[in-house]
Amino acid sequence: MLNKLIPGLFFLVFASAAHATLPIQHWQSASGARVLFVENHDMPMVDVKVDFAAGSGRDTAKKAGLAGMTRHLMALGAGDLTEDQISGKLADIGAELGSDFDRDIAGFSLRTLSSQRDEAVDLLAKILDAPKFDQKVLDREKTRQIVEIREAEMDPGHIARETFDKLLYGDHPYGLRADGEIDTVQSFTRQDVVDFYETHYVADREVIAIVGDLTRKEAEAVAEKLSGGLPPGKPIPALPEVKLPTSAETKMIPYPSTQSHILIGYPGVTRDDPDYFPLLVGNYVLGGGGFESRLLNEVREKRGLAYSVYSYFYPLERKGPFEVGLQTRKDQTREALAIVRKTMGDYIAKGPTSKEIVAAKENLVGGFPLRIDSNRKIVDYLAMIGFYHLPLTYLDDFTKKVDEVTAAQIRDAFSRRINPADMVTVVVGAPNGG
Amino acid sequence: MKRIRSALCCLALLCAAPPLFANPYMETLPNGLKVIVKEDRRAPVVVSQVWYRAGSVDEYNGTTGVAHALEHMMFKGTKKVPAGQFSKLIAAAGGRENAFTTQDFTAFFQELDKSKLPLAMRLESDRMENLLLSGKEFSKEIKVVMEERRLRTEDQPHALLYEKMMSVAFQDSPYRRPVIGWMNDLQNMTVEDARAWYHRWYAPNNATLVVVGDVSHQQVFALAKQYYGKIKPAILPVRKPQIEPEQVGIKRIDVKAPANTPYFLMGYHAPEIRDAAKDWEPYALDVLAGVLDGNPAARLDKALTRDNPVAVSVSASYDDTGRGPGMFVIDATPSQGKTATEVEAAIRAQLEKVVRDGVTEEELKRVKAQVTASHVFQRDSMFYQAMQIGQLESVGLSYKDIDVMLKKINEVTAEQVQQVAKKYFTDDNLTVAALVPQPMKGDSHAK
Repeated sequence: MLNKLIPGLFFLVFASAAHATLPIQHWQSASGARVLFVENHDMPMVDVKVDFAAGSGRDTAKKAGLAGMTRHLMALGAGDLTEDQISGKLADIGAELGSDFDRDIAGFSLRTLSSQRDEAVDLLAKILDAPKFDQKVLDREKTRQIVEIREAEMDPGHIARETFDKLLYGDHPYGLRADGEIDTVQSFTRQDVVDFYETHYVADREVIAIVGDLTRKEAEAVAEKLSGGLPPGKPIPALPEVKLPTSAETKMIPYPSTQSHILIGYPGVTRDDPDYFPLLVGNYVLGGGGFESRLLNEVREKRGLAYSVYSYFYPLERKGPFEVGLQTRKDQTREALAIVRKTMGDYIAKGPTSKEIVAAKENLVGGFPLRIDSNRKIVDYLAMIGFYHLPLTYLDDFTKKVDEVTAAQIRDAFSRRINPADMVTVVVGAPNGG
Repeated sequence: MKRIRSALCCLALLCAAPPLFANPYMETLPNGLKVIVKEDRRAPVVVSQVWYRAGSVDEYNGTTGVAHALEHMMFKGTKKVPAGQFSKLIAAAGGRENAFTTQDFTAFFQELDKSKLPLAMRLESDRMENLLLSGKEFSKEIKVVMEERRLRTEDQPHALLYEKMMSVAFQDSPYRRPVIGWMNDLQNMTVEDARAWYHRWYAPNNATLVVVGDVSHQQVFALAKQYYGKIKPAILPVRKPQIEPEQVGIKRIDVKAPANTPYFLMGYHAPEIRDAAKDWEPYALDVLAGVLDGNPAARLDKALTRDNPVAVSVSASYDDTGRGPGMFVIDATPSQGKTATEVEAAIRAQLEKVVRDGVTEEELKRVKAQVTASHVFQRDSMFYQAMQIGQLESVGLSYKDIDVMLKKINEVTAEQVQQVAKKYFTDDNLTVAALVPQPMKGDSHAK
């Protein structure tokens, strides 16, 4: 078991990287999809990601969960193929089809041997172009989803997250639960799904990332197959801006667990945020840098109060969450919370020491090669760069931008962007209701 | 712990390194440290892992969890590198590092720019022989471990059920005890327990160093000699076989926990690979797991969640390697309104079908295609390649078996799959554990 828990999101926050030696090719498919490609023949395999602006941020409160359900159903029957035929054919050629989904993005990740590329890509094209949305399958998946929602409610960590998102985002769609609510899922009709699909799975908002054992010409053909069958689509409204909280809000939820799950947060940064790099480097010192971070040092190393304690910024199209999280034995909740608040408050007020900032840069710059050491990591970066319209030099610039950050910039960015007096706090498992 | 095992094993383990001439390379130092290097020059990085053949299977009652507790203590300082400095030095070099403990082994790793390999070796070799183990650090860290147990097991009904099932399914094998240890043992553990463990098992002749990355094997061997060469070997205790006696009748347990959805586990005792070239049953069981649950079109998912839905999820897993006895595990969450009994009956019907009618050539081909493709895909990750080598070496097999295992899987016949189903899917060999949901008092979302 892992000695230290570094949340997966940590890496998304740092999401960025690539040597000047990573040659990214970029073009638009005939129907308007953005394509990013890195050719690499080291291994006989190809990775493809196809993403759309169709994440849970495109849901409405009445139909929460529809974005996720639509994406899920697409692979369960398309064109002349049943769901079993699709997964059977993929298995027969050893291809793997995964899902991409968050508040902004919905799509598919395909991994195939290069020798099976054509068949794998044809299957994915069918899923994108002609999903059947069979009524029987929809009904069955609704039932399944409802049980899964209930199942998640027996995990105090899940309850904390769900409550936190709602508290942090209020009416903003970023606050909606990606899986939906029991009654919203119950309300989904086939027409809802078809409408969502037709509005959002369009070439104008499609990003195709390709890495691996194929030539530019072959990659162009792959991109045409994966976008040629989609209409350009009509514009959709921009996501609303995130409102900042105007006062602190704390929610204590009793739960029969041995630990309290604590989340504290504030709306954070956008993908193209001018404060992104100061906050990235600054967060390493606060709670992103594992054993080097102040939070881990105060809570775990000095006092043994928690196994995991962290902070991160999750950048999105609109302000993604800044979040601090930990779990501790119930009777230590008050103590742990006080320490986290003090550590965070001090840091936001005073910023990092020069020694801390050096350590942060050493790790972020020195660890750069690890960010792009596999095709999987590279294809993820390409998809992100494409989706958020980041410069193609984003990875090349990464270490320079990290290096340029100063202590003054970090202090300034934190104090402008995070107001410790107005933060949202959720405690699940709180003793006697808090 | 187990979770890591099942995530990495099953089909995954069978598919591995390409037969690249001499790559990987192996050398054993005079003090017994085995060094295995795999050159992979796709990116200028390196993974360094040290595997100790010491897991919870080597523990005694009363000090369960000590293998894992010691893993935590390995970050708590030596004379030269005080507590906390290990992580700081690796971080300053741009590295990532961590460690994990399972039933079978404890492993420590660093991922770095290739130029930083000497740093990783210097630090890792230092703590192989110079760990301080201060009482003050231990008393804080054992609290962290207890929090980890609360987080991963006590408050997770599914993990709790798994822990309790294992403790019933096995009568004698140490696999009956959780890797993280029983809470009461953690509460009573002392730094002396950790020290005894460290002196017993942390020695070069009980370890394997695995390095994968943009390196030359000659250089790595030279570095290994420089940093690890002087560490003295230990006299290792004799390990008792602790062979699990045959189960002689079905075992059933109910576990009550705050929950809103039932869940259950079925476990059949099964063999593990002891001789990669001669054994055949474990490979047939791998294919059987693939036929039942290797892809969304596989039998269990199709029959139980789609054709005639009684479950919202069902899966089968089998790990063909391990120092102790194996187990073929099936787990399921019943659909709303369906009971665990109904789901169990549906699963048994599927298993009986295999026993009675066998599997098709098409299914066999499909599973083998998946195994062969993932054999290629897994090479995308240097970390995974190192994991695979370390894991095989630590469970008593060899990194050279990776290719043997792939070949053996591809030779499995439909008859063999049917034979193992017949032999192992019997009631006398089965343990069933059911989660019985209890009201979640205080589950009101009110403020």
